[in-house]
Amino acid sequence: MKWFTIVLVLLSFSVFAAIDTFEFSSDSERQMFRQLSEELRCPKCQNQNLAGSNSAIALDLRRELHRMVLSGQSTVQIKTFMVDRYGEFVLYKPSVNSSTYMLWYGPFALLFIGFFVVFMMSRKTSVSAEKPTDNEVVNKSAKHEETTSHRQKMHDLLGSKND
Amino acid sequence: MSMRRVLLFIPLVICIVLGFLFAKGLPLNPTELPSAKIGKPFPAFSLATIRNANEVLTEASLKGEVRLVNVWATWCPTCKQEHSFLNKLAQAEGVEIIGINYKDQRNKASEWLKRYRDPYVFNLYDEQGSLGLDLGVYGAPETYIVDAQAIIRYRHVGEVNARVWVELKAKMLALGWSPKKS
Repeated sequence: MKWFTIVLVLLSFSVFAAIDTFEFSSDSERQMFRQLSEELRCPKCQNQNLAGSNSAIALDLRRELHRMVLSGQSTVQIKTFMVDRYGEFVLYKPSVNSSTYMLWYGPFALLFIGFFVVFMMSRKTSVSAEKPTDNEVVNKSAKHEETTSHRQKMHDLLGSKND
Repeated sequence: MSMRRVLLFIPLVICIVLGFLFAKGLPLNPTELPSAKIGKPFPAFSLATIRNANEVLTEASLKGEVRLVNVWATWCPTCKQEHSFLNKLAQAEGVEIIGINYKDQRNKASEWLKRYRDPYVFNLYDEQGSLGLDLGVYGAPETYIVDAQAIIRYRHVGEVNARVWVELKAKMLALGWSPKKS
């Protein structure tokens, strides 16, 4: 059953992927092509990568990508080629620079703020638990007195009844 | 007001800041990408024109004047829609428009220019879409403002109409273009 599910999941992927017949001379080239066509975004159909889109521009860019992979260009060279033409937009994994600091480090900053807030809140509660205010002390002792006298009364009542 | 009270206003401040951010982002069209080529020289090319297969032009042919460069094709419906407006621009405003016939067929393009009139100074025949790729074209029609030094100054993706022209004209005037009545 588990294997059947895995096979089904794998099959469902091939439905979305555009079908091309590209020839490669080695597995590493094929792997590089596959990885880049998944990391590069189609400029026309914006929520798809090059691998998943059937638009004319995605097909052209896949062809270009294939040509570049076969001619032995590096991943960095290919990405630079695409960014030079279509801008940072084509990278699903944007490079780290001043305009993307927010994107890369924002979540960590928020996480830090979250930790700080939790820390402050927990410190506040532990302090108030350790040192109750005068008001609370009075209330507590009053309550205590009340309960003891109440118990005494109950005891007296019950005791007298048992006798 | 105690420190604790002040802290209670933090969510409100965050809400207001986010509100402004979203209000600013809402009217933006996410399908309109900023061109990576703004401020860069027009990519090098060597292409024949539509009217003459033996007339090969290079990027040097773009220098000397502030012009529009219009990427079009006969298979593109929006190009047909904007064509009459381009005719009007060329005639009434004296705008020099250079065409890039993008991934098309020469005979179809010639036929089109004969039938709907020709607003272009000349048309580059980019059959393979190689110049389109170097320009970062992702869908016809696209219209670029190219200055006298053949540097790309602006890109508009989609139809050029009266509303878009107001914007383009302002940018062209700022670059030293002057309307010529012919």
